[in-house]
Amino acid sequence: MKALTNIIRKEIKEMLTKSTILPIIVLAILFGYLGNMMSGVQEEATSESIIGVVDLDDGVLSDITMDVLSRGAKIVYNGTDIDEGLAVAKQEGATALLVIPSNFTENISNETAGTIQIFWIMKGAGLLDSISSISVQNLISSVELGISAYMIETGSSSDPSLVLDPTTTTDTTLFKDKEMDGISPSTLDAIISSQSLTVPLIIMMIIMMAGGTVISSMGMEKESKTLETLLTLPVKRSSIVTGKLVASAIIGLLMAGIYMLGFNYYMTSFSAGVDIDLAEYGLALNTLDYVLIGVSLFVSLLAALSLCMVLGTFTRDYKSAQTLTGPVAILAMIPMFITMFKDYNTLPLAAQVLLFAIPFTHPMMAMRSLMFDDYILVISGIVYVTIFAVVMIAIAVWIFRTDRLLTGSRKRDISKSPIMRLLKR
Amino acid sequence: MPAVEVKDLDKNYGSFKGVKGISFEVEDREVFGLIGPNGAGKTTTLRVIATLLEISGGSVNVFGHDLAKEPHEVRKILSYLPEDAGAYKNLTGRDYLRFIANFFASGQAAKDIVARGIEIAALGNRIDDKVNTYSKGMTRRLLVGRALMTNPRLAILDELTSGLDVVNAQEIRKIVKDIARNGTTVLLSSHNMLEVEYMCDRIALINDGVIVEMGTPAGLKKKYDACNIEDVFMRVIT
Ligand SMILES: Nc1ncnc2c1ncn2[C@@H]1O[C@H](COP(=O)(O)OP(=O)(O)OP(=O)(O)O)[C@@H](O)[C@H]1O
Ligand SMILES: [Mg+2]
Repeated sequence: MKALTNIIRKEIKEMLTKSTILPIIVLAILFGYLGNMMSGVQEEATSESIIGVVDLDDGVLSDITMDVLSRGAKIVYNGTDIDEGLAVAKQEGATALLVIPSNFTENISNETAGTIQIFWIMKGAGLLDSISSISVQNLISSVELGISAYMIETGSSSDPSLVLDPTTTTDTTLFKDKEMDGISPSTLDAIISSQSLTVPLIIMMIIMMAGGTVISSMGMEKESKTLETLLTLPVKRSSIVTGKLVASAIIGLLMAGIYMLGFNYYMTSFSAGVDIDLAEYGLALNTLDYVLIGVSLFVSLLAALSLCMVLGTFTRDYKSAQTLTGPVAILAMIPMFITMFKDYNTLPLAAQVLLFAIPFTHPMMAMRSLMFDDYILVISGIVYVTIFAVVMIAIAVWIFRTDRLLTGSRKRDISKSPIMRLLKR
Repeated sequence: MPAVEVKDLDKNYGSFKGVKGISFEVEDREVFGLIGPNGAGKTTTLRVIATLLEISGGSVNVFGHDLAKEPHEVRKILSYLPEDAGAYKNLTGRDYLRFIANFFASGQAAKDIVARGIEIAALGNRIDDKVNTYSKGMTRRLLVGRALMTNPRLAILDELTSGLDVVNAQEIRKIVKDIARNGTTVLLSSHNMLEVEYMCDRIALINDGVIVEMGTPAGLKKKYDACNIEDVFMRVIT
């Protein structure tokens, strides 16, 4: 135990230096700063939106709609010509042009939903550009409330679902003179605001930071020729391996923590407007779920570190260690991107198998799987990753017990010996 | 009981034979030297005894412990100075010695070990600087301090004074002679024949993975009618 803590302390001293931690702090500050800018944009967006309105209906409900809109937004166009409205709206920097069709009041009176047509005017394709759409969507909700209130007051409908939801929208997004029907910028927003983006990212970050540290640690041992001395010390090989794993986990979590401090600030600036209460949809997680997520994350980190340890034994110096980090990063990024944008169950079988085999996938998916009570996937994932980690650790300890670490691969030996013989002649 | 007992030792690197069936014994408290041309197998032999390389054939016993069966026991009593080693570069010299000492003792005993290491390394206040600011010779002194501070029963020193200037080299040789007098068995390799003659009680001459000559410096000089070990070396090898 004492030997183990001794190794952990040394590893942290050796691996956690100003030059490794500084770039991460700088990046974190950069993220934080970016977040600051974003929330500025957001505030602007929620305070008052700029829209244009084409009102083709002269019924009561369109009057109510106009009333609500004019109170919640700055209306830069109010007329009856869509083309003209679009032109003005674009010129005035409006977020959207809302079209109230001529049958709006009539439809709702006839017990069918009224349609509001929205032309979204997107200024750019970045994630940022979808933000201002949130406030317009809030505005539409207000319109619905207004209409519902009117309907309840006058008792004009017997259909409660219509009363609660009297309007629908059709979305058209205008971007660089292109028209994209049926897509609203907020579709993107849903992805951004959910944890499905943050969780895989955090996990990828931890794995890359911690894994990189293990590989670098091995690279540095070889480069500064300290390994030979370490291996003649009266310390169990398993303690050396464990010490390196634990120290790297600590360093990795610390670095990822610093990153996330900045990144969290950046993320909250996105989701501030949309506060989804998961419990409302029966998607909230219980204690067992969080325990499972924790276990999944722990074994996955262990698997990543032990895999990196085995890879690290192949390094020759610090530089080759850096190159070896690449495959691990890719292995962590594949599940990150896939789990961000796709659901595991809808993937083709081959992709499912591939994802399952990558040990880092499991904690990334765990939260979403548990929301939908897919315990089998989560638990089988934990079992698989645990086996993976145990096998890797066993391989690492075995390599440390043999002299492979010092003599290198057999191939190199064979190529080396004839040269040496020639030299001797 | 001899300190080190090497019997028919083979060490293969893949299909290449680094050491081919060498045998020798080092007595307790003896200073024993391995000499031989580059690539002869000196480092290979020392690394095997230092528990770093697996034995391909034959056996090695260190103070009665079979190396293949009880490497951990052997590690407790030996200290190995590699021919070309470094220290953790982001640690200070003192931290490095502390790190090593903690494997051998704790509390006051560990502090005493570190103090001894600092004394042998003799780096003055540079001992509190990071290792990556040290010169080659300074690093070597730190490593010599590290290797000798634990008062090992067996010290394996591969090219003890490589990289050291004349003054430093001589000082280190004296220190090693001192610890040998105080009960440490020393097994060393060197390319410096003066050093070997000055320090060693007995010498083995290795060439191409086999021992070709062994004896006391005086005995060898007499046998080859040479005035120094360098002459002996030349006559045996060429
Ligand atoms: N890791 C290795 N892989 C393959 N061959 C090796 C390895 N290490 C040493 N050898 C070979 O074993 C032989 C003995 O090498 P060794 O390092 O023991 O020589 P040495 O006597 O210490 O030489 P020097 O005086 O140059 O230090 C050499 O031919 C060398 O090429
Ligand atoms: Mg050598």
